[in-house]
Amino acid sequence: MSVETKVEYEIVIGLEIHAELSTESKVFCGCRTTFGADPNSLVCPVCLGLPGSLPVLNRKAVEYAIKAGLALNCEIARYSKFDRKQYFYPDLPKAYQISQYDLPLCRNGWVEFEINGEVRRVGINRVHLEEEAGKSVHSGERLLGSEYSLIDYNRGGIPLIEIVTEPDLRSPEEARVFLEQLRQILLFTGVSDVKMEEGSLRCDANISLRPKGSTKFGAKTEVKNLNSFRSVQRALEYEAQRQREVLESGGTLYQETRHWDENRGVTVAMRSKEEAHDYRYFPEPDLVPLVVDEAWIERLRAELPELPRARQARFVEQYGLPRYDAEVLTTSPQLADFFEACVAEYGQAKPVSNWIMGEFLRLLKAEGKAVEQVQVSPKGLADLLRLIDQGVINANVGKEVFEEMFHTGKEPGAIVKERGLEQISDTAALAAIVDQVIAANPDAADNVRNGEMKAIGFLIGQVMKQTGGKANPKVVQALLRERLLGG
Amino acid sequence: MALYDLTAHELRQQLDSGELTSRELTEALLRRIEQLDGTLGAYITVAAEEALEQARAYDEARAKGEATHPLGGIPVALKDNLVTRGLRTTAASRMLENWVPPYDATVVERLRSVKAPVLGKTNMDEFAMGGSTETSAFKVARNPWDLERVPGGSSGGSAIAVAAGLAVWALGSDTGGSIRQPAAFCGVVGMKPTYGRVSRYGLIAFASSLDQIGPFTRDVTDCALALNLICGFDPRDSTSVNLEVPDFTKALRVEPKGLRIGVPVEYLNQPVDPDVRASVDRALKLLEENGAVIKEVSLPSLQYALHVYYLIASAEASSNLARFDGVRYGLRVPAADVPRMMEETRSKGFGPEVKRRIILGTYVLSAGHYDAYYKKASQVRTLMRRDFDQAFKEVDVLFAPTTSSTAFRLGEKTRDPLSMYMTDYFTIPVNLAGLPGLSLPCGVDKDGMPIGLQIIGPPFGEEQVLKAAYTYEQLAWPNGAGRQWRAGREVAVDVR
Ligand SMILES: [Zn+2]
Repeated sequence: MSVETKVEYEIVIGLEIHAELSTESKVFCGCRTTFGADPNSLVCPVCLGLPGSLPVLNRKAVEYAIKAGLALNCEIARYSKFDRKQYFYPDLPKAYQISQYDLPLCRNGWVEFEINGEVRRVGINRVHLEEEAGKSVHSGERLLGSEYSLIDYNRGGIPLIEIVTEPDLRSPEEARVFLEQLRQILLFTGVSDVKMEEGSLRCDANISLRPKGSTKFGAKTEVKNLNSFRSVQRALEYEAQRQREVLESGGTLYQETRHWDENRGVTVAMRSKEEAHDYRYFPEPDLVPLVVDEAWIERLRAELPELPRARQARFVEQYGLPRYDAEVLTTSPQLADFFEACVAEYGQAKPVSNWIMGEFLRLLKAEGKAVEQVQVSPKGLADLLRLIDQGVINANVGKEVFEEMFHTGKEPGAIVKERGLEQISDTAALAAIVDQVIAANPDAADNVRNGEMKAIGFLIGQVMKQTGGKANPKVVQALLRERLLGG
Repeated sequence: MALYDLTAHELRQQLDSGELTSRELTEALLRRIEQLDGTLGAYITVAAEEALEQARAYDEARAKGEATHPLGGIPVALKDNLVTRGLRTTAASRMLENWVPPYDATVVERLRSVKAPVLGKTNMDEFAMGGSTETSAFKVARNPWDLERVPGGSSGGSAIAVAAGLAVWALGSDTGGSIRQPAAFCGVVGMKPTYGRVSRYGLIAFASSLDQIGPFTRDVTDCALALNLICGFDPRDSTSVNLEVPDFTKALRVEPKGLRIGVPVEYLNQPVDPDVRASVDRALKLLEENGAVIKEVSLPSLQYALHVYYLIASAEASSNLARFDGVRYGLRVPAADVPRMMEETRSKGFGPEVKRRIILGTYVLSAGHYDAYYKKASQVRTLMRRDFDQAFKEVDVLFAPTTSSTAFRLGEKTRDPLSMYMTDYFTIPVNLAGLPGLSLPCGVDKDGMPIGLQIIGPPFGEEQVLKAAYTYEQLAWPNGAGRQWRAGREVAVDVR
């Protein structure tokens, strides 16, 4: 009997996440941070690193970084400092990045997220504040080998936080779900736009394999260029498989940096010259140490909003919503706020949830709009629901009205009146139309008489057609039953 | 007496009485520059048009009674590492040979705000690295007392300009003695204020934790006037200190009685030229005779100052000068790709002394060396501050020679960097501890070359330093009759 058993491997993943903070001005100068402005229009001597210029720390950026740290359950350092991380690259105007090395602003935090019904906790090693580099556009694929490159320094100096997790993640899927949770936390905290497609959220991943049960770490690969949540999972799946194959074929893994090629779906080793860096960190002499007092931290803690998982739980608890509804309604703080405002106006949660998850999100998606760009007021939606409840309009007409509210912000009552959409519930008026429809559709009428109830739906549809959709379907059905089945 | 002979406070009277206009004064100085600067090499760039325009603006404002600052309308020279909008700023390097900055340094803004005509940008050691102005990429600078000798450095051009009457006063920068040493060599007053007193915004950085801007003047009174103009908190420099600035002219009092003067024994034990020692001793004796108390103090950590300085200054310099990569401004030497372009640009753009310090600084910050060098040096620096704090519990000011000898000959030390570094021995500790230090003339040696007396105060003790300096100046040269800078200029330049 063969004693050879296949070694089972455990995947070990840690992430390094960069998030641009959404302050109005840059971290060390007064330049605006607007996305999409003309190249090199948001620059000054400081963020261009001109000779003689000096950085001045933006307190707002510090506050945002502290808030992020608090939202990630970190300890906030009362004393931290800035350091220069030095390397030559054209988009780095001073040839060093002002960052934090041995005394970061926040450390020892954690994040909880749920995967397959299980709650998992990931440690946050540190969160530190640093400055963003400019953006290079190469005529070729990368700097080396390009005929020319252009640099936009608008991005240079935008405040950035780097979040480093402990190696607590155990699968590529977990890494993705964690990252989505982290994104949501930052979004709710209001410190970052966290748009991976605009590059305001970026992620590098460290991944290694070890035999199950082992406590030692294997040689890790740092995977770069992960541009979406999906690519995080895909790249890590690929990389885990690649490492497993190397180990199973008796090979050895070395610590290295690999580049994720989204199109080919593979990771590629980067040339050692590109990764061999001695950053020669040393304390930034142009800035004084950052001292944060207790009162400041407590003020920021008090400003911290309810975070996504807490809000979800409350939605289930307080409004009796299904979990699924609570998750959808907390995808963004604006949506959650809108929901709660509507409930406050209307009084019942589930109908509001249905309308938001149905019509509202459908229209948002179709128009590519964000919640805050839409005209509908919470009172408007509540009024609409009341019109339906009172039978003034039926649900289908309601959708029509809502679409107009969505585009114009008009009051639902006004729309109904203007377009004459009131439901016809007057039995006398409808009886004449019902009689006409029965006369015009004798076969269907016979079918109903013979007990084929499906046919009654057809007849109701005909009445609705005649009334332009305004007939009260309940009244129509009662009339048809009375006429054809004798009540 | 010619216009270029006068101090700012003397010229002030003439400008205020209306017997002199800023334009006349500026023209006189520009003529003098034209006449002599070919020989002296004080200026890298002369800004005649801009200076005359500013003088005109001053005269106009004065006519309306608007220009009231004591230094308004008085022409000044700027070391060429102070950034000036629209006026070429080179730091005496090929790297910035044609760089015209789009902004003004904070001190330059202050000069403009009082309508002080800027005559031009003065010669210096490349990126302020050197002690003789010989590392300038552009021209030789000569000592106006003896044209075969160096003016000192790195702010050599500013010292020459003030000593030879090519500017009424000037600004320089001092990282390890770069104001005080050339002031001593050229026989003028030079002061490095406390670190944080003057905004560094717009000073091209050499070593950020040591650099300070300060004035060259012809006497202590002008020094106080200059400090009044340039000192003060600047929100654009995080290391500038938010402290109220006193009126420094209030410190100009002759009060030798009870003045407690410390003399560091570590300095006494240094090899010093006998003429220099004798001059400093005479100065101490004069003050003692007038009631000052002289006391020996010990600053044990001073023995490490030179080593600590070259580690910290070079480390910071290697980082500060990394931005000169040919990408955004200044020199660019084309090459096949970007890394090679950067290499070529830096190879051709920097001179040998700058390269030496970049290499040294890069080495001490590298992985595996940081703790042994940079970190250790920073710790010693802390000890040095403590030693000074201790000394200032017992004395008001410290006296020492500014330099161990008078100005050396051109070329004498260029082949021996270590002997050049040694010329900063007496000035460096003041930068490491962030203290105010002033050098003023205290006699001449047997060759007639000026000798500098250094007065050091506690942090933000500029007033103590000025008072001691003014007291000595007035006791040694009542009525300014024998002012050193004038004698020196006459010897070397006019009687050629
Ligand atoms: Zn800027």
